[in-house]
Amino acid sequence: MARAVTTQRKIVFTALAWIIGLAIFFPILWTILTSFKTEATAIADPPVFFNFDWTLENYRVVQERSDYMRYLWNSVALAVGSTLLGIIIAVPAAWSMAFVPAKRTKDILMWMLSTKMLPAVGVLYPIRLILINMGLLDSKTALIFILMMINLPIIIWMLYTYFREIPGEILEAARMDGATLKDEILYVLTPMAIPGIASTVLLNIILAWNEAFWTLTLTTVNAAPLTAFIASYSSPEGLFYAKLSAASTMAIAPILILGWFSQKQLVRGLTFGAVK
Amino acid sequence: MGRITLDKVRKAFGDVEVIPPLDLTINDGEFVVFVGPSGCGKSTLLRLIAGLEDVTSGEIRIDGTDATHLSPAKRSLAMVFQSYALYPHMSVRKNIAFPLKMAKLDQAEIDRRVEGAAKVLNLDSYLDRRPGQLSGGQRQRVAIGRAIVREPSAFLFDEPLSNLDAALRVGMRLEISELHKRLATTMIYVTHDQVEAMTMADKIVVLQAGRIEQVGSPLELYRTPRNKFVAGFIGSPKMNFIDGAEAAKHSAHTIGIRPEHLIVTDEGGTWTGKVGVSEHLGSDTFFHVHVEGFPETLTVRAGGEVNLHYGDTIHLTPDAAQIHRFDAEGLRLA
Repeated sequence: MARAVTTQRKIVFTALAWIIGLAIFFPILWTILTSFKTEATAIADPPVFFNFDWTLENYRVVQERSDYMRYLWNSVALAVGSTLLGIIIAVPAAWSMAFVPAKRTKDILMWMLSTKMLPAVGVLYPIRLILINMGLLDSKTALIFILMMINLPIIIWMLYTYFREIPGEILEAARMDGATLKDEILYVLTPMAIPGIASTVLLNIILAWNEAFWTLTLTTVNAAPLTAFIASYSSPEGLFYAKLSAASTMAIAPILILGWFSQKQLVRGLTFGAVK
Repeated sequence: MGRITLDKVRKAFGDVEVIPPLDLTINDGEFVVFVGPSGCGKSTLLRLIAGLEDVTSGEIRIDGTDATHLSPAKRSLAMVFQSYALYPHMSVRKNIAFPLKMAKLDQAEIDRRVEGAAKVLNLDSYLDRRPGQLSGGQRQRVAIGRAIVREPSAFLFDEPLSNLDAALRVGMRLEISELHKRLATTMIYVTHDQVEAMTMADKIVVLQAGRIEQVGSPLELYRTPRNKFVAGFIGSPKMNFIDGAEAAKHSAHTIGIRPEHLIVTDEGGTWTGKVGVSEHLGSDTFFHVHVEGFPETLTVRAGGEVNLHYGDTIHLTPDAAQIHRFDAEGLRLA
């Protein structure tokens, strides 16, 4: 039975939702606004909201001072590369966990998730030293691999949840029809799981795009993505707020747009399996 | 060819033995039905033959060659699943062509065979639809089409009709029987429905708790059930069982008498009872009769137009030639 909600309560809750939503969005809004201010207006006290002289000066300076496109390309390469590599490894892994589970499959899944609870800084030095010894510091290849490893548990978990929804009989039918394991995964499982794989890919591109710890600590110039681009504008001295904001806006814009257009797919992906 | 032999096949999941060592021979061209209550291991047995489950011990031979450890793909068997198990992302044409594509046949041959199967199953006009756009009966036909294009040495059916409504079920039952007559290929058919077993099978295998209770033709099972379980399972409505003094008169622990072998008379008769609930099917009427001294009601089959009502007194006489006698273990007495 639908619960009766009075108009009054509706208004209160709607207002509350808007307040919370705006509070969450406020830092982003403020960053975007600041990026169009002069450095002086940016630190004005009391703060100025809309009534300032809008300027594109910061964007021009940022573009002049650093090569945005190179950082952008690195971000794209890292996010897409690590996600695709992860998918290639995770599809067979999730297949085996979902369709031929062993006694300890659940434990393996939990163990994989537990690695996400380890503070990343705990393994910073070992990893950094390994990369230095291998001559792979500031290399995209190494970073793609590391980002893939970091997100692999999430990719496997998400795919596992999706695969579990696919009736095993269909895969058995494929087996009876003479499909090899490769055929079964390639022609039957993957096409059926496309919606799930798509939202997994999207979420992981976003996670990899936003990853800042490893991208900042393991890169200097060549492999530096947009996170490093933003960081290069944070300075202990000087007036850089407006420029920092412009850099941030430029860094988050691509992923924000991607996220906006794929909202439906993402929400479906994150809530999949919650209601059967 | 499709001769399948099971030799001491045993299946256990961990410590639980679901199929104790079992022997069975299925001859080429036979229509064999595995029947039993749910959980009796009939589906597991079929999956062992298909290769979808590994046998714990024992041997499965298909046409004389050891298939025990062959993958399902290499056994040249085709299977129709209860849920149809069609590939939802492929058109009907691609679904039917899938096993041929896996067998790497050339496209012209694939097209020829798919068209052929579609014609046989009346699917011509649906070839470019997706399974989601078809009715249950049509889906089941696609699943059968996918099975027949491969020209396998045997077909395996796992409760293929249980998702269909009653009217469609009867129609598909006939179609499958027809298909068997035409192809003359071995078919193994799993069902919990004894009517399907009786109407379709050349040979019925009655299973209980993973054990074979009896193997025989439908009429053999009906006439001479080996034990109480088979007697109760085969035949509809179910056989009446009577213990105690009445059974002792026939020097048995239990006697069984089918509803159709009880003769209704106005007076006299061996037993006198009161009519309880009656079920009118039009062609037949089934009366549930309370006989004094019997713990359970007797089911009696009478003609369609019988004028008996709730509470009426009724006289019953069992057909002496049709009384089944069982000992204390439930085994048939000769």
